[in-house]
Amino acid sequence: MHRYEPWNAERAGEIIASKAHMEGAVLPILHEMQETFGCVPEAAVPLIAEALNLSRAEIHGTVTFYHDFRKEPPGRRVLKLCRAESCQAAGGDALASRAEEKLGVEMGGTTADARVTLEPVYCLGLCHSSPAAMLDKDVFGMLDEQKLDQLLKEAQA
Amino acid sequence: MTARIFISRDSGALCVGAEQVATAFRKAFEKRGLNVEIVRTGSRGMYWLEPLVEVERPEGRIGYGPVQVKDVDGLLDAGMLDGGKHKLSLGRVDDIPWLKRQTRLTFYRCGIVDPRSLEDYKAHKGYEGLKKALQVGPKAIVEEVVTSGLRGRGGAGFPTGIKWRTVADTPPQQKYIVCNADEGDSGTFADRMIMEGDPFVLIEGMTIAGIAVGATKGYVYIRSEYPHAIEAMEIAVREARKGGMLGRRIAGSEFDFDMEVRAGAGAYVCGEETSLLESLEGKRGEVRAKPPLPAHIGLFGKPTVINNVLSLASVPIIMSEGGPHYRDFGMGKSRGTMPIQLAGNIKHGGLFETGFGITLGELVDDIGGGTRSGRPVRAVQVGGPLGAYFPRELFDTPFDYEAFAARDGLIGHGGIVVFDDTVDMAKQARFAMEFCAIESCGKCTPCRIGSARGVELVDKITKGEDRAANLIVLEDLCNTMKFGSLCALGGFTPYPVMSALTHFPEDFGAEKKRLAAAE
Repeated sequence: MHRYEPWNAERAGEIIASKAHMEGAVLPILHEMQETFGCVPEAAVPLIAEALNLSRAEIHGTVTFYHDFRKEPPGRRVLKLCRAESCQAAGGDALASRAEEKLGVEMGGTTADARVTLEPVYCLGLCHSSPAAMLDKDVFGMLDEQKLDQLLKEAQA
Repeated sequence: MTARIFISRDSGALCVGAEQVATAFRKAFEKRGLNVEIVRTGSRGMYWLEPLVEVERPEGRIGYGPVQVKDVDGLLDAGMLDGGKHKLSLGRVDDIPWLKRQTRLTFYRCGIVDPRSLEDYKAHKGYEGLKKALQVGPKAIVEEVVTSGLRGRGGAGFPTGIKWRTVADTPPQQKYIVCNADEGDSGTFADRMIMEGDPFVLIEGMTIAGIAVGATKGYVYIRSEYPHAIEAMEIAVREARKGGMLGRRIAGSEFDFDMEVRAGAGAYVCGEETSLLESLEGKRGEVRAKPPLPAHIGLFGKPTVINNVLSLASVPIIMSEGGPHYRDFGMGKSRGTMPIQLAGNIKHGGLFETGFGITLGELVDDIGGGTRSGRPVRAVQVGGPLGAYFPRELFDTPFDYEAFAARDGLIGHGGIVVFDDTVDMAKQARFAMEFCAIESCGKCTPCRIGSARGVELVDKITKGEDRAANLIVLEDLCNTMKFGSLCALGGFTPYPVMSALTHFPEDFGAEKKRLAAAE
């Protein structure tokens, strides 16, 4: 699935240079960093700050504000289970516990074999078909125990 | 003529297997040597029927659903392409009562057209609003939107036309149109549906807004949890540019307007307009104090129209059919139609667009068909995580901004989440506080600290620690948050908490009293 590149300052520099001209370039740069390296490496912060003529504190502040940006690359696959009200109403809590138990990790954790990162998400906008989940960018709805187990199997494969 | 079938690529259809069904049909057509075109559309919003497959027939589109891969051969054997009968037959899709009862203005094309085709959009009355806008000019556009009575569909309900007029009245300079597509409320998916199913209507709405106020640049800020919507919008923007509908001298006129798609990064608070602007500027999504209004000092300090997806997507039909046509739907000060979203533990989950005034009970019991679990409905949360929980006793409340406010609730972005009788309302109240604590931007104290204290208080109350005294403290805390917070996150979190406490006191271990608010 995802194969992230190892940290490379030159590569990071290219990403920054390709987007530095944009209005409000910080988020687009951070997104591409994460897509490339699997996270926003600490070493990227001063590079972005310098290119955009901002302080390191400002970039650090932005990176840490948003739930999306990771400090470490995730597991090979990322499984997000929706934990918001609509999915709670449709039995999502029990499914979340089941997923934690079956994977042997808590929400936010990565399995020991680094295959799956399990994360909560607050709404995937699939509330008409709750409970919902997203495996990388594939979406799943109307989950029940059987469908969840299948999904967990797919994630671990 | 080649036969055509339609299968949605809306993520609500994909999440129940539409992609696999489309692939199965493609293979079956190849095997049988049939020349059939598979058109990928958005969703009609009847999600319990997804994957829905529609066949083009002289009498209209004939529907079959929900279709699974294993049904494909049986459907073709039953003569589906000629509208043949099958156990999944739904008849003419336009005749399905659920769809027929609606008034689809904003969602006129959604589920019908190919969202990636500018040509298809134009063939279904697309860009007629822009044509009219170019004929009448900026001032008249603003007045038409004012006349329509359109109010911000994001949740705040501020009159869209007035917002536009404020920006139009600022001196000529760089101005912006920002579309708030950070649809984070649980129970809502209307913005997602528009972006995935009819993205050009949003582009057209933003373009008209740009002409009206003198803005040449637009941004759509879409939450990162919506990768399919981001992709759909990016494709549509590219197509529109290619077709001369974005860029310099749009549609051969004297106006320039272009736009970009930007992705959020998982912060719920960025759905708040000033926080969204900060985020677009590349900063922490911290809320700004108002005034100044974004209409005066908005994105990069410039005058900015910031509107929700649904508000902007309603503009093209307001322009093409006229403000009065739109205004004539609805009730009181809530004019036009509202795309209502039915979610949670519900039998018929989906999007129901109708004039304001329909009651909550009709929506939940009649249209939604009650719970999917088959158990009695105990509570519904209207308006997302910041909306109030309503018990059955309040099901006579009409869907209207003022009527909900009068009962200490809000319609927000139009989402209704249904809960059956297994729900623990103290747990829901705790979740509301916890969610606020996690998502607070941290700028103001009532929200940042209040929500953390709120979680602790609910815990104490449910454990029976000084219950009577702590109930008073919780109410006092809610008041502080409501009146002291900078934005709706801290300001509205008391709605779910207080409504749960007022209508379901027994879940908090307090005495059940019949509410006076219901009368």
